[in-house]
Amino acid sequence: MSISVPALMGQLLIGLINGSFYALLSLGLAVIFGLLNIINFTHGAQYMLGAFVAWFLLNKAGLGYWWALLLVPIVLAAFGVLIERLMLKHLYKLDHLYGLLLTFGLALVLEGIFTHQFGSAGLPYNMPEKLTGGYNLGFMFLPTYRAWVIVASLVICLGTWFVIERTKLGSYLRAATENPSLVQAFGVNVPRMITLTYGFGVALAGLAGVFAAPIYQVSPQMGSSLIIVVFAVVVIGGMGSIMGSILTGFGLGIIEGLTKYFYPEASSTVIFVIMAIVLMVRPQGLFGQR
Amino acid sequence: MKLKRKLLAAFAVAALAAGTAQAQISGNEVKIGVLSDMSSLYADIGGPGSVVAAKMAVEDFKKAHHPKFKIEVVGGDHLNKPDVGSQIARKWYDAEGVDAIFDTPNSGVALAVSQVTKEKNKAFIGSGPGSSDLTGSKCSPNTIHWVYDTWMLANGTGTAVVKHGGNSWFFITADYAFGHALERDTTKAVEKAGGKVLGSVKVPLNTQDFSSFLLQAQASKAKIIGLANAGGDTINSIKQAAEFGIVKGGQNLAGLLVFISDIHGIGLEKAQGLILTANFYWDLNDKTRAWSKRWSKEMNGRMPTMVHAGVYSSVLEYLTAVQALNSDDGGKVIAQMKKKPFNDPLFGKSHVREDGRNIHDAYLFQVKTPAESKGPYDYYKVLATIPGEEAFRPLHDGGCSLVK
Repeated sequence: MSISVPALMGQLLIGLINGSFYALLSLGLAVIFGLLNIINFTHGAQYMLGAFVAWFLLNKAGLGYWWALLLVPIVLAAFGVLIERLMLKHLYKLDHLYGLLLTFGLALVLEGIFTHQFGSAGLPYNMPEKLTGGYNLGFMFLPTYRAWVIVASLVICLGTWFVIERTKLGSYLRAATENPSLVQAFGVNVPRMITLTYGFGVALAGLAGVFAAPIYQVSPQMGSSLIIVVFAVVVIGGMGSIMGSILTGFGLGIIEGLTKYFYPEASSTVIFVIMAIVLMVRPQGLFGQR
Repeated sequence: MKLKRKLLAAFAVAALAAGTAQAQISGNEVKIGVLSDMSSLYADIGGPGSVVAAKMAVEDFKKAHHPKFKIEVVGGDHLNKPDVGSQIARKWYDAEGVDAIFDTPNSGVALAVSQVTKEKNKAFIGSGPGSSDLTGSKCSPNTIHWVYDTWMLANGTGTAVVKHGGNSWFFITADYAFGHALERDTTKAVEKAGGKVLGSVKVPLNTQDFSSFLLQAQASKAKIIGLANAGGDTINSIKQAAEFGIVKGGQNLAGLLVFISDIHGIGLEKAQGLILTANFYWDLNDKTRAWSKRWSKEMNGRMPTMVHAGVYSSVLEYLTAVQALNSDDGGKVIAQMKKKPFNDPLFGKSHVREDGRNIHDAYLFQVKTPAESKGPYDYYKVLATIPGEEAFRPLHDGGCSLVK
């Protein structure tokens, strides 16, 4: 195959777009795992819920995309808080496996309910007027919406990283994961902080769902096809590492994009091949400690 | 202890005797297995709707023919994996007394199930799969291919598009048996009509993001981008093609296998004008309308695809043959179904050929514009009717060993 530079540039850019979804989702997972020690398998379903809530807002309440960007994270955070208070809270003292089973089961239930109600073909969600169209970059046509997704996701990822790694609030959070009883002794309400953190992680998934709604189909399976890849991203980046998951998300998006160009048949497996190699060479992940 | 053993032996003998004395329908029960994708990208094409269709057929058959045997319908989810599909088929045939398997979208799974069915001398009637190999090089005396196939789609849509000036093609192909067969058959149809194929890209099944492949198709400068995929894959490729300005850039899409559920998912805004080939549309005539409305009531107001209609009509025809023979021997029932033409309530005049191909009319549809459509599911207008004899591959071209 002859390699044309413009085509390659196009693939790189597309890789970056997909990478921004991986980054956004794996960030939520990393935050939740880092602070709660819960492997949140419901993440894909929560991403799907985000897209569906956006669809409901548009079709039942007449509230468009921009409202969805604001309201969906709030709704999803509330949903997350509810799950944490009612279910996850009871599992912290047990093995990781229990949290994984609970969240996995929850994901299956949610997907089942939505498949039953809406079918698997999914529902269309139209792009907001302002973000339709695109730019001709010479080597490719870049849809405005995709450009917006890259920028928005970068801002959110870096913002989250900044809050957790560089602010006082973030330092409380990090301290609480190291030694909750000591932090509690300083007068910080640790259980509430953990609840809110889970809510925040879920809100990130919901937000990614809103970003995805106009591009993909709003369908019950949209999360399950993505979640496995996102888990691989988190494993490669190193469980619980915030910056690690962001960088790996974007990086793997690009590698996947290149695979789609050079050997498309392998594009759905390349990430797992990398995961296997990383686990053999550096089991804690590229950016993980320990 | 001894007494117990003796009693058991007596029971066994009695059971055996009863078995031979009874009619040839095993257990006096016909068990229908609907094997489908119940939860993933093809679940709206077949899936739970196919189970509903099968149950409707059983209900109607009982009302009209008052059979002496019992009929039961079971459903199974093959997860689009040939190994899972053939495992379920084996379990159904060996342990659960299933006599015939219906539906089964996903050609990869269907080819595997067809193989198992032949081994066990049961019956397999596929409405869901596409690959024309089912009645070609891989045909079987125990298999009938009931609704569409890749040759029909290629010939219907491919030829029509080339006639309208779309003479250079690039394929985006689902990377498994169905996609490969569809690309192969369409390539032949396009070349026969005077067009040429510039290239293709093979995409893993159930892909979310097609932008990368669309970009490659764009770079090929082909006039037509042929979508040799189905279900969720087709929806995503059409939606994203609109986003990347493919149609505005002068290239056109040809959806080679498009179901009404896909159009519903894409929305008319983006799907309008699309040309497609199918054997069934709910709004064709009074019979199809009446049946579809019945189905729709059970399915949250959705409308049936040609696969659902096919499951209904194939179960009905299968049961008719079982009753006529008073036997559920798979090979014999399939042979019986091939004997004479019949009037299908949903597909009109039909007959099953010796290679297992069910022959009935196909239609060339075009998707309406939002202005033309009167509401949800009012999506197609008929461009042309393709008579059954022209719609499907000529009997001797398929290379089926059953054809003398």
